[in-house]
Amino acid sequence: MESTTLNQIDYPILSIIVFMPLAGALLLLFIKNASAVRWASLFVTCAGLVAALPIIASFDKTTHLMQFQEAYEWIPVWGINYFVGIDGISVLFIFLTLLLSILSVLVSWKSVETKVKEFHIALLVMETAILGVFVSLDFFLFYIFWEAMLVPMFILIGVWGGKDRVYAAVKFFLYTFAGSVLMLVGIIVLYFNGSATLDILALSSMKYPFTLQCWLFLAFFAAFAVKVPMFPFHTWLPDAHTEAPTAGSVILAGVLIKMGAYGFLRFSIPMFPDAVKFFALPIFILSAVAIIYGALVCFAQKDLKRLIAYSSVSHMGFVTLGIFALNTQGVEGGILQMLNHGIITGALFLMIGMIYERTHTRAISDYGGFARIVPWYAGIFIIFLFASIGLPGTNGFIGEFLIILGAFSAHKLFGVLAATGIILGAGYMLWLYQRVFFEGYKEGLSVPDINLREVVILLPLIILVFLIGFYPDALLDFMHPSVEHLIGEFRADTNGDNIFSQYISLYLGGL
Amino acid sequence: MPHLRSMILISPEILLVLTALSLLLLDFLVKRKGVVAATAVFGLLFSSFVNYWLIRSGLTGGTIQGMFAFDGYANFFKLIFYATLLLTILLSVKYLVIEKVSAGEYYSLLVFSTIGMMIMASATDLIVLYLGLELMALSTYILAGIVRGDRRSNEAALKYLFLGAFSSAFLLYGITLAYGLTGSTNLREIASALHSLKLAESPITMLSLIFFITAFGFKVALAPFHMWAPDVYEGAPTPVTAFMSAGPKAAGFAVMGRVLFDVFGDLQMQWSIILEPLAILTIAVGSIIALSQTNIKRMLAYSSIAHAGYALIGIVIGTPEGFVSTMNYLMIYMIMNMGAFAIVIMLKRKGFSGENLEDYAGLAKSHPAASALMLVFMFSLTGIPPTAGFIGKFYIFMEAVYAGHTYLVIIAALFSAVSAFFYLRVVMYMYMKEPAGDIALSTSRTVGIALAFAVIMVFVIGVFPSLLLNFARSSFFG
Repeated sequence: MESTTLNQIDYPILSIIVFMPLAGALLLLFIKNASAVRWASLFVTCAGLVAALPIIASFDKTTHLMQFQEAYEWIPVWGINYFVGIDGISVLFIFLTLLLSILSVLVSWKSVETKVKEFHIALLVMETAILGVFVSLDFFLFYIFWEAMLVPMFILIGVWGGKDRVYAAVKFFLYTFAGSVLMLVGIIVLYFNGSATLDILALSSMKYPFTLQCWLFLAFFAAFAVKVPMFPFHTWLPDAHTEAPTAGSVILAGVLIKMGAYGFLRFSIPMFPDAVKFFALPIFILSAVAIIYGALVCFAQKDLKRLIAYSSVSHMGFVTLGIFALNTQGVEGGILQMLNHGIITGALFLMIGMIYERTHTRAISDYGGFARIVPWYAGIFIIFLFASIGLPGTNGFIGEFLIILGAFSAHKLFGVLAATGIILGAGYMLWLYQRVFFEGYKEGLSVPDINLREVVILLPLIILVFLIGFYPDALLDFMHPSVEHLIGEFRADTNGDNIFSQYISLYLGGL
Repeated sequence: MPHLRSMILISPEILLVLTALSLLLLDFLVKRKGVVAATAVFGLLFSSFVNYWLIRSGLTGGTIQGMFAFDGYANFFKLIFYATLLLTILLSVKYLVIEKVSAGEYYSLLVFSTIGMMIMASATDLIVLYLGLELMALSTYILAGIVRGDRRSNEAALKYLFLGAFSSAFLLYGITLAYGLTGSTNLREIASALHSLKLAESPITMLSLIFFITAFGFKVALAPFHMWAPDVYEGAPTPVTAFMSAGPKAAGFAVMGRVLFDVFGDLQMQWSIILEPLAILTIAVGSIIALSQTNIKRMLAYSSIAHAGYALIGIVIGTPEGFVSTMNYLMIYMIMNMGAFAIVIMLKRKGFSGENLEDYAGLAKSHPAASALMLVFMFSLTGIPPTAGFIGKFYIFMEAVYAGHTYLVIIAALFSAVSAFFYLRVVMYMYMKEPAGDIALSTSRTVGIALAFAVIMVFVIGVFPSLLLNFARSSFFG
């Protein structure tokens, strides 16, 4: 086992970051005044980001090992420990979560007027659960955070959401819960096949028989594919994204759906390499379908949020395509694209939330000529829109480029299909922009332009769009050793360069 | 001296009998009904303390000519019964005032029923087992109908009586056959006779086993013997429903475990085969029918059926570890279920039943604390971490997978996703609907104590399960 105790910082920094929002949520219980609740919530989320800064300073970018580890005995009867740590992959998601949590609090400043206290408690509990998912190195701990996250999200969508919020909330809950319980069975089976431990690092270093790998892969797939969501398990997503309040949509799109892809990276690929190889082609096909189907459905959407939601299906198709290309470019592109998607889609949902507060409509047909009415808003919107399309110079370009590169070297056909998805993406996005901001200017409609608070919210995201766009190594450096290690182990386990070598000769030789 | 030892070992039961009798007397003597409840609580705490002291002093083993066992197994269940009784008394105080029920009879019947359950858990002789079961059952029949003016309550009592008597007959058939085969009613003697006379293969033994399972199946409401449960649970006064869904159910499992493991240990394969479809059917019936319920007591009745199915999985797999997971589950289920019923009881006020799901609409707006507690209990019943309900399910699932019943676990896990829907619906009504009118809760300090206890335990067990796990394991394995 390679878990030599590694914690560069002599205090339990990860536990502090993870449980600070929960402590903050408990604190909020005792605050009566709504505006004090908002400030306290903002303070807690900001403090979380500040507390995490030492991680950047002392993070070792040369190793794939888990860093900042903490391990305590928890349930000795079952051999379960409280075990946390992060590597180059999870550290990025930690920061994304911390950042988007702050923005979610800020964007809800004015838009959430009812049950303010409950809203912020739910938001903070959710932040703890999401952070916990990314730091857990014990399956039991992981599952607790994974499931605990459902409750606050269910409440957020169901209480503060739009018109069909209850339907969307219940659908979200049942879909993800059904997937998760199958993963639970998988975890238990893994426990007994892995010498009675739930230590993720120990379980990853073991080798399981092929049939078992396949069953376990499917059990985990049920949970992760629903969460990503992969086609055809995506139907909860448009409802949940559309009906959720802005902060809920931002968290959902920004980090929550990343947990599924993270699961593939952290569990499926290291633990079930042979099964991954076996199922890679079906997943590749589902990813390609998601990319193209998601993009095509976007053309038919009449609701702003629903359009962005379906574009998430398409973009997450890119992510799974990159991950299951199982080469360094593909996986790095996939991870980067997850972060990019979190930034871009988070920003787009934020901006839609801002305009919705002014117009109280999300129907695209109600908009038109808004470039004249809210010029600053239109200007910022197009930055994120171009990033979403993947224009060079923005972060979207780097991610998609790497993914297509990875997909090409896995199989040319899928590289071509993915590239088609980008063209379609440009199509629906530009058409959206045209309908909302250019054509059909309505005289006399007056809407205040974007204000300082909103610019402050969007500014970090704008900076990130260009920072990653021009200097992707800022993030790639973090994940590089971990990804190299992941791919190296995978190739060693399955002894093959191209995962499709088995299929290419069998099915796809003629293509 | 052997008699003295016997008397000492059953002194917790004797103390409870004295408590029950004095409660009847006290009802005439004092005007303030709170005193009666307080006396009941005092008697039960005293009895439980004596029980604890006996355990600490290391006195264990059989007594009264091997008819009664004072062992870790019995004591674990007795803790469940004590806790059930305590919580039920705490939940009843205000309810009795609202419903104008005579306090003396009510509390003494509760105590008598608890004594019956304790005798069941300790019984190592079929006759003693039957006595305990009947004492428990007769007391609960009356409790179900104690609101004399309420037709639903009367109906519940009558239905419970008839079907309960029916199941007792099955138990007697089983006992008779076992006695006829082996010439003894003592569990160990029957087991050794079955073993030495090689009667395990005999069809009569099999028939006896089936009668036992039928009788216990009635008591813990396994499908297809569950028909009485929804009507009785709905009709009975709510604190009694809470009591029945926790105490007698655990008692049923206690005797089921003892009879199956001690008497029919050689037939483990056979009873596993019989119980396995029952477990699946019970979970399925409970989870699916609960989906369409609009009365919360009826919904919790079906939920209780489903939970009996989960608890049964621990027995189906037939390993001692498996039964420990069942014991663990019963303890957890008792706590979270009592918590949920406490909220249901709080909604009841004069002339307003508060039993319809509609009555919960918008509760979060007017009573955020009560709603938050109900949310915790609902998610715990669903089995969402970090609550106790998750630990209970996880342990059962783990033992079942270990014993090779993976497909059973997959079915059970999927039904727990189905069950999420009806628990979620309560949360949905509370948080996502607008209130129809003013909702006043009949809060009281006693209900508050019960709720605080339940919610703290739900989280403590959920986050630090080691405490309960070690206790359950050491109770069973000694």
